[in-house]
Amino acid sequence: MFKLDKLKIRLGVAALITVTAQFTFAQSGSAKFPGIGRVATPAEVTAWDIDVRPDFKGLPKGSGSVEKGQIIWEAQCASCHGTFGESNEIFTPIAGGTSKEDLKTGRVASLKDMKQPQRTTLMKVPTVSTLWDYIYRAMPWNAPRSLTPDDTYALVAFILSLGEIVPDDFVLSDKNIAEIKMPNRNGMTTKHGFWNVKDKPDVNGSACMHNCVPFVQIGSTLPDFARNAHENIAEQNRMYGPYRGADTTKPPIKQLPGASGLGLAHAADTHSSAAKGPSALFKNENCSACHAPNAKLVGPSIVDIAKKYEGQSGAVDKLMTKVKVGGAGVWGSIPMPAQAQLSDEDRKALVVWMLTGGK
Amino acid sequence: MEKPANQARLVKAPEHFISQELIADINTNGLDEKRRNFLQKGFMSALGGVSAGLVSPIAMAAGEGDPAILEKQEWQTTLGKNVATMPYGVPSIYESNLIRRESPGLTRVSAASVAFTPLQGLFGTITPNGLHFERHHQGWYNVDPDKHRLMVNGIVKNPRVFTMNDLMRLPSVSRTHFIECGANTGLEWGNVAVPTVQYTHGMLSCCEFTGVPLKVLLEECGADFKNGKFMLAEGGDGSGMTRTINLESCLNDTIVAWAMNGEMLRPENGFPLRLVVPGVQGVSWVKWLRRLEVGDMPWNTKDEAVHYIELMPSGDHRQYASIQECKSVITTPSGGQQLLDKGFYNVSGMAWSGRGKITRVDVSFDGGNNWRTARLETPVLTKSITRFNIDWVWDGSPAIMQSRAVDDTGYIQPSIKTLRNVRGTRSIYHNNAIQSWKLDSNGEVSNVQVG
Repeated sequence: MFKLDKLKIRLGVAALITVTAQFTFAQSGSAKFPGIGRVATPAEVTAWDIDVRPDFKGLPKGSGSVEKGQIIWEAQCASCHGTFGESNEIFTPIAGGTSKEDLKTGRVASLKDMKQPQRTTLMKVPTVSTLWDYIYRAMPWNAPRSLTPDDTYALVAFILSLGEIVPDDFVLSDKNIAEIKMPNRNGMTTKHGFWNVKDKPDVNGSACMHNCVPFVQIGSTLPDFARNAHENIAEQNRMYGPYRGADTTKPPIKQLPGASGLGLAHAADTHSSAAKGPSALFKNENCSACHAPNAKLVGPSIVDIAKKYEGQSGAVDKLMTKVKVGGAGVWGSIPMPAQAQLSDEDRKALVVWMLTGGK
Repeated sequence: MEKPANQARLVKAPEHFISQELIADINTNGLDEKRRNFLQKGFMSALGGVSAGLVSPIAMAAGEGDPAILEKQEWQTTLGKNVATMPYGVPSIYESNLIRRESPGLTRVSAASVAFTPLQGLFGTITPNGLHFERHHQGWYNVDPDKHRLMVNGIVKNPRVFTMNDLMRLPSVSRTHFIECGANTGLEWGNVAVPTVQYTHGMLSCCEFTGVPLKVLLEECGADFKNGKFMLAEGGDGSGMTRTINLESCLNDTIVAWAMNGEMLRPENGFPLRLVVPGVQGVSWVKWLRRLEVGDMPWNTKDEAVHYIELMPSGDHRQYASIQECKSVITTPSGGQQLLDKGFYNVSGMAWSGRGKITRVDVSFDGGNNWRTARLETPVLTKSITRFNIDWVWDGSPAIMQSRAVDDTGYIQPSIKTLRNVRGTRSIYHNNAIQSWKLDSNGEVSNVQVG
């Protein structure tokens, strides 16, 4: 007995030494680059390795109903994607453009007949794993990685119900997700010359050098309204040198500017193009990720904020506090994150600017 | 010649007009009324008592010459700024027009938008780091390099974690490559939509990247290259950007990079770590790179199954269309620019190919009817931008300017018509068509499509 116990202890110690040796080896890395990097612990791999592949490798256990998905959707997703996933305001629509027939064939007919003005997510995505992976890793827009696996199942179930891929009383889970048939599951191809440098290109040009096109026809020109749609092109070019920008705030000039450069703007007139003031703050401090001048994004538009607080006493102080500490419930359930990084001065400038409608 | 303005200027005082004693006295006791008088006297005597010389109007008859030569300029006649006044340097104030810009109306949310490189003003092949185009999917962050980690897992013997300190000790390489967004020139698939080369082609940059070869890292972790044909690259931003990398075609030249043009990556370009996948569209160059997973099948992640896919006329979506084909564009002159006058011009542009080296660029001034071969400037590097130049004397008549590049696989850049014949008009991605710029007799250049 005694001997056996001793042997057990010895074996145990030997096993421990082996484990330690392996661990040490892993810590120090291979012989090639000793001392660089260390082994990833199982907990670390679990924390980061969240991707879900088309064969559902990596999918966590869980489930969620269409009904629960609708509740989460309306609270956290609808402001960007529309109540029925139809939004084309901020992001392209999620649902629409697919039919019962597409579900049978696995090919979305409207991708060929061009009857849909826009391609929706459900018209494109061939594998349901893609929806699960992306929603879990990156949504909602302003609070990525805040959804649980069950929330994610529920949201995927709701999106699938919008496309009539599953019934309204469906409960999606890790057990049944492999049975979901997406409308465009057969619509993707990797048979093209772009995947690998060794593959053959599908298009090639001509090396003709002389008399290649007897009649040169202009098929498309910049529409007149687009000439200054990118503001004054003169200010987007160097104001010296042989090539200047055209002043697109004015009609095109009739004659050549001439050697003196008369009629062109000059280097000394160059002003700093970097925007300053509250509108630059608004952009640089990332307010524009959630607020637009005239339209509702994740948060209310500047115009709507100005309207709501018009003539209210103490509006500046109230909004300054709100920008500082964040808040929720005034414009919907998506919380406004605290913007503690702003100085009081910048915060006041932003709030005053917003209250005047961003002018 | 325009007559120069008859302007008054301050003339700099001659040096050493005051004694060392007076300087020491002022330094010790400050400048009071008495010492101010001494100073003025010294100044007057240095000028030979000509008080009017303090303000000296330069009168110059017309025709004598250029005031930029005949008149002394401020920068010759006054003390300039100290060294390190701007410790990290910024371009001249006269260059403030050339900046990255968004295309208005392209996206509604700036955190998931594009800022285009001003190609119309660049020279040579290297993109200055401050002008490298930006494209984010969920905004950018200043990631703390001390807290940044790279994990390698999947079909590898030793799943490992590396800090920036670890990575920057490894053997590094520095290589110059272009990066182009798959959607570059995508706005022009259907028809002409934007005015300048900044917006037609500005999702393009070219830099010298420094980092550790991907292969070295994967081998260090014992990657199984027999079963592991693919790799998932994952970013550390809010979008957790994920792209499948085809190891068969990308393993040998891909770099896990921390530096760009000799400095660390800029935050908006992935500081402190990004993937560099030469020849492959920009979305695969994952920024804020935090994980590499070796696997045996593609992942079908959002940005390879919902976006960055090409819609063909058959209704098929092409997935994993990675390679940026041979392409070129004339940058000076280009759309929205205005020529000064008739006469000689150096016409210049850029050419690049995701399959290899540029071997030739031809330029046409008559809408593609006749072509002349341009000069290629060195260096001509693989999967990098090559600068081309060609001499041209403009006689003042309207012209249509085009460039057409050829790479060392024999691929010739196609016309927009040839591309559309195969791919239709709704592809968005991988438009590498020949660009046409129309020059009017008034010197203004505009964006057009021929055929």
